[in-house]
Amino acid sequence: MEKKSTVLKKLFFSTFSLSMFTFGGGYVIISLMKTKFVDQLHWIDEEEMLDMTAIAQSSPGAIAVNGAIVVGYKLAGLPGVLVSVFGAVLPPMVILSIVSLCYDAFIANPVVASVLKGMESGISAVIVSVVWDMGAGIVKQKSVFSAAIMIGSFLACMVWKVNVVLIILTAAALGIVRTLVAEKRGRRK
Amino acid sequence: MIYLQLFFSFLQIGAFSFGGGYAAMPLIQAQIVDGHQWLTALEFTNLITISQMTPGPIAVNAATFVGTQIAGPLGAVAATVGCILPSCFFVTALAYVYTKYRKLDLLQGALGALRPAVVALIAQAGIDILVTAVFVNGHVSLDLGNVSVRAAVWFVLGLVLLRKTKLGAVPVMVLCGALEAVVSMVLGRG
Repeated sequence: MEKKSTVLKKLFFSTFSLSMFTFGGGYVIISLMKTKFVDQLHWIDEEEMLDMTAIAQSSPGAIAVNGAIVVGYKLAGLPGVLVSVFGAVLPPMVILSIVSLCYDAFIANPVVASVLKGMESGISAVIVSVVWDMGAGIVKQKSVFSAAIMIGSFLACMVWKVNVVLIILTAAALGIVRTLVAEKRGRRK
Repeated sequence: MIYLQLFFSFLQIGAFSFGGGYAAMPLIQAQIVDGHQWLTALEFTNLITISQMTPGPIAVNAATFVGTQIAGPLGAVAATVGCILPSCFFVTALAYVYTKYRKLDLLQGALGALRPAVVALIAQAGIDILVTAVFVNGHVSLDLGNVSVRAAVWFVLGLVLLRKTKLGAVPVMVLCGALEAVVSMVLGRG
């Protein structure tokens, strides 16, 4: 493998350009990372990349950032983590800083305001459509457990106004208990 | 101190958003709109819209935007560091455990139960955004004067296009924005 400083430099520019030109969320960036690090640079083999994707998706936080961390760690240890996270976070930081600074002037423009007003309806439709697909995926599992969690969580946040973090922790705890019980039963058989 | 508040708010968002994509949205809403009231419901909706149009994860975009609005560039840095710190710890630890034991049963059990919960939370945040878009004063009521008919039409049109055609999220949003701009210009009011 190449010299460490060369690896770090390439790592930075790879995650920077991936993050700069990736619209459409974490799952897109993971497949681009595979193209870059597996197919082009041959730094990671295919199977490892699958495992790393699983780790990026199982951890809290943005999948694009998690993917950068796991790739950086694998290629260059902790310095690799720092370099690749910095590369991944820099583009959105710069772009959103500019947006934020121009926001007030931007929003005062009547044409921009009405475009944004129309886009509000558009983003509502996008989110409803995403929830539709995700919800259908849960229903298709035909699991009473999953359905109960979904309905319970919805009631908890919509009707009873329970704290979001509390809902997430409760669901995770139920999942862990369920796995432990299933393992115990499996062992008894 | 405002930097610490930003840091800890986004630390929670980073630590508890499982599943990527829109999963961070309900947490950002709870912290930023309902909790600290750093953004109004309308500003939050605009932020999500802008996030869709620009590269980068929603949580990182939100951290930079809210940080800059509340406390300038240093605020943006404090919020962003808070947002990605949990990832750094968790992913590194997991990568270490994984290479050592290759067994993540408990974690997968937890994730299996988290997925339906996250769907429900995103649904709730989506309903709030829809209500902000369609009802003039931001609350559900059957008073016709409070319903923005155009917004409702764009919503239905957008949903139909997303479900029935292969159009992606960004083209549909741009179309809704352009329609509203043209119609409001033709009618001569916003």
